[in-house]
Amino acid sequence: MRRETPQKLTDYSPLVFPAGMLIVFFVVPFATMIAVSFFKRNPSGFYTPDFVFDNYARFLSLFFGKVLGFSLMLAIAVAICCIVLAVPFTYLLSRARRRTQVLWLVALLSILSLSEVIIGFAWSTLFSRTAGITNLLVMLGIMDQPVALNPSFGAVLTAMTYQALPYTVLVLYPALVRLDPTLTEAARTLGASPIRAFFTVVVPALRNTIVATLIMVFIFALGCYLLPQILGRPQHWTLSVLITDQAIYQSNMPFAAAMAVFLVLVTLGLVGLTVYAGRKGETA
Amino acid sequence: MSGLTLQNVTKEFGTFTAVRNVELTVPHGTFVCLLGPSGCGKTTLMRMVAGLDLPTSGSIRLDDRDITNVPTHKRDLGMVFQSLALFPHLTVGENIAYSLRIRGVGKAEQKKRVDELLAMIHLTGYADRPVAKLSGGQRQRVAIARALAISPKLFLLDEPLSALDAKLREAMQVELRQLQQRLGITTIVVTHDQREAMTMADTVVVMNGGEIRQAAPPVEIYRRPADTFVADFIGMTNLIDFKADGAGTQVLGASVPGLVIPNGLPSGIISVRPEDVHLTAPGNAPITGTVTFVRDLGGTIETFVEAAGKQIVAVSMPNARPDVAVGQSVGIALNPDDCVVLKA
Repeated sequence: MRRETPQKLTDYSPLVFPAGMLIVFFVVPFATMIAVSFFKRNPSGFYTPDFVFDNYARFLSLFFGKVLGFSLMLAIAVAICCIVLAVPFTYLLSRARRRTQVLWLVALLSILSLSEVIIGFAWSTLFSRTAGITNLLVMLGIMDQPVALNPSFGAVLTAMTYQALPYTVLVLYPALVRLDPTLTEAARTLGASPIRAFFTVVVPALRNTIVATLIMVFIFALGCYLLPQILGRPQHWTLSVLITDQAIYQSNMPFAAAMAVFLVLVTLGLVGLTVYAGRKGETA
Repeated sequence: MSGLTLQNVTKEFGTFTAVRNVELTVPHGTFVCLLGPSGCGKTTLMRMVAGLDLPTSGSIRLDDRDITNVPTHKRDLGMVFQSLALFPHLTVGENIAYSLRIRGVGKAEQKKRVDELLAMIHLTGYADRPVAKLSGGQRQRVAIARALAISPKLFLLDEPLSALDAKLREAMQVELRQLQQRLGITTIVVTHDQREAMTMADTVVVMNGGEIRQAAPPVEIYRRPADTFVADFIGMTNLIDFKADGAGTQVLGASVPGLVIPNGLPSGIISVRPEDVHLTAPGNAPITGTVTFVRDLGGTIETFVEAAGKQIVAVSMPNARPDVAVGQSVGIALNPDDCVVLKA
């Protein structure tokens, strides 16, 4: 089917509604946030319109640099954990029987129905000393006595990976289903063991999908602000936690806005770099 | 014995038997075509030879080594898939070198072998092209070169030419046969195209319903089919009922002198190729019929004749053009030597 390019202004009319929604609910709030980030904070009240760089200047300190670094590191770690778990899992799932696939996908979708709060408290129970999984290990004779596994970095990482994994699988699933199964068979006839075939054919053939998924999970994990508070120590708090803290508890909207804008810029920079590196790798 | 031997190979998927008790010997260096309608088990049989499916029972031996349960990657074979399955993320050269890379062959040696193979498939200088930039015929050649990179003991091709247009397919059939003869490699091709099988194979294996119906050289398959399925599947044929008693053999309501039925079969079917059906003036032959349709194809002329309620097709060359028209009465002469007697 060949479609004509829009000729008159009225031909764009179907776009009015989505464009309107996008402007009202995305462009306007984001512009407001950018504007607020240059406002001056009023310690007794809220903030007054101004154009100062105080908020950004305050951000450029060792403390916030460390928090930003940790946030990025945590998001990258979550993204890598998700990919490492989800790619082999989704590959096996896409080769399984139809019924098995449906059951697993329903189970994964049900995780999406859980709120971040429920996931956080469920894991904090599972990691606790009194009712946690270590009690099971004691029962099995693997450990001597139950220990608390949270708050810790591992606990934050596990819960965030748990939360992001369904998205990862659902994004990878269509690409893996479309992947020609004879590609791996061909690799096997050419002398590659199933595991070698997976790493030399499936993973490289899906490189673009994997990079896109990596970016998606990374951004998803950057926005996570509840799990680090529930399962982590203060040094495991991410920039998102600090933004929430500044905006809601300290009533410092301009500073929160400045941190949010900075986070967006850093994220865009990293994503751009990844895409650029991916392009370069393709032509090489 | 060197070559491939299948003994009593059976493959069941649940309650469905895809391949039943197949016995087949492929001597070293021969070209075998597995031919049959879709769903006849030919692809399953090849996948078992490749190790991609394991037989439910039976054994597969290659050069006196039992490979029934050897995993695919340890069989040292080359296979071309119907979809070709070229690796989209690799260049032409990298695709061809894949099996060498997996086996840890040095870079310089890989390059030498790739150049050799590219020369063999007439694609010298294409090593650095992405496979997506190739035409259908070129992709076909790359898939063949990739499968042959390690000089495998066994070369398997699953419907390799089905994606090509008719002209290119005919050319590739000849090319593939010449390549196989030059390399002397044991080759098995799965196909549903009988012309392809007739062009390339030393032995044609006709399959139906998971069983081998006949395994013989192409001409024998055509001239001496083993049963009605083979006779009907390979080329055009006329399958005519007969009845035999002490007095003689009755075909289409007339007695055919000289047609001897072996084993004292009281009734059955004879298969006569259309080019062996000779039309004469009525009265000059025992069987009489009425012409119902004439199809003049230029190269050949097909005449449809109705005799005793049965439609018979006769094919003749333009220079032996039968002087007949629709509605005319003709005599049908059958040479007993051209008739193959089959069980019903």
